[in-house]
Amino acid sequence: MAASTKQVCQVSNQMSPTRRPARIPTEQETHGRRGRSITDDDANAINRVEELSYDLKVHEVMTASLKIASPEMPLSQVLEILRVNRISGVPVVKDNELIGILSLEDIVHAMQKNELSAPVSAYMTRKLVTVASYDSIVSAIQKFSDSRLGRLPVVDENYKLVGMITKGDITRGILIALQKDYKEEEVRRYRASHLFEDIISDRTTLVLRYNIKAQDFTHGGNASSHIKRALLRLGADPQIARRCGIAVYEAEINLIIHTTHGGILKLEVESHRITMSTIDDGPGIPDIEQVLQAGYSTATEQVREMGFGAGMGLVNIKRCVDKMDIESTVGKGTKLTMRIHVPTENFTGRKEE
Amino acid sequence: MNLRKIIKLSDGFLLTPDLDTDIEINGGYGADLMSDVLAFSQPNSLLLTGLTNPQVVRTAQMAEFHAIIFVRGKQPQAETLLIANQEGIPLITSPFGMFELSGRLHKAGLPSFESNESN
Repeated sequence: MAASTKQVCQVSNQMSPTRRPARIPTEQETHGRRGRSITDDDANAINRVEELSYDLKVHEVMTASLKIASPEMPLSQVLEILRVNRISGVPVVKDNELIGILSLEDIVHAMQKNELSAPVSAYMTRKLVTVASYDSIVSAIQKFSDSRLGRLPVVDENYKLVGMITKGDITRGILIALQKDYKEEEVRRYRASHLFEDIISDRTTLVLRYNIKAQDFTHGGNASSHIKRALLRLGADPQIARRCGIAVYEAEINLIIHTTHGGILKLEVESHRITMSTIDDGPGIPDIEQVLQAGYSTATEQVREMGFGAGMGLVNIKRCVDKMDIESTVGKGTKLTMRIHVPTENFTGRKEE
Repeated sequence: MNLRKIIKLSDGFLLTPDLDTDIEINGGYGADLMSDVLAFSQPNSLLLTGLTNPQVVRTAQMAEFHAIIFVRGKQPQAETLLIANQEGIPLITSPFGMFELSGRLHKAGLPSFESNESN
């Protein structure tokens, strides 16, 4: 059923090439192509799994520990090897050279003629489909679909047998590779989250500093993005990380919009609280009460066009954090401090005693 | 609602073809004011906006949006695309305006993720 649907889709693709993905390629368009040259649209649609089928090499996923048969071996002995190892075929090797493959199907043929005592050479398949160990797994996939075979011998550049590959090996290889990206982040998170347990002191503080340039809207938010990721890696509750992220982002944007020379954004993480602060050297705020009112803004039209400067920044920050302080002197600069209390288990994995 | 369905409903064009669109979107939120987005949105939703600068993606990242749709056929700046790909937030452009698109998605069953109480 599935195969026939695929055929239909293939034909319609070929018949109307100009109508192909004007917008989003459908799943059929993405996965149903075969035997056509790859267009730009196709290239864009290549996803991670497809990428992996090119990145992964046959030798990375094949089974290297081999059960082999010799041509003189009686079929009954091979049947025993297949049964014990729960496999459905073995390569046949003579003088270190691959000369054939014997599958369960070949043995069934021999059984029908009651010739289980015959040598392997009488029933083995001599027409060999092999795959090179240095090839991408995509070439193995191609050979599986062309030949309809279940397992392929893997040979090296000297045509010496080095392993066997099955469709299951390929699936497993891709799944492991897909998990790797995810695992790398997990490992980082694991290491970071143990910081407060592994390093013993009377009071441990992790301090991160970021220099923020005035008017640098292009990079605006990068520091906040790093801070949020750091907090998550350190094991902060996602809700707390979100509150911190929003507060520190508003503060970062304020540095970019309002300061004369930019400023410093600082994150201090302790096991029981997170403190974020910005320090700049001007121009300073003449009336702090006024800037704390929702809607009050001194931002330019340009800043407003970017979706900021509606006089909500500090109001937002105040909502997100447990404590906010502003100290400012006109002509000298401003210091904004934001603090969030965290339950101790956030960073240590233990409940607060 | 699956993002692929949302793209279809919005007659949208996916600007980040490398990113996975087989993701679940729980609700929608529309605004052009980034502080509003930060203050009144709920996580795991879709952002409808007319702004296309890189800050939109940063804002979406901070407020934990899963995808962004630019209304009225707007095209983002190159830097915006770059950050979106980095942060894994799919960008879509739709020919519909904010009101029209909100209506279409809401009618199709995507709930509003606008909260009256801020974060």
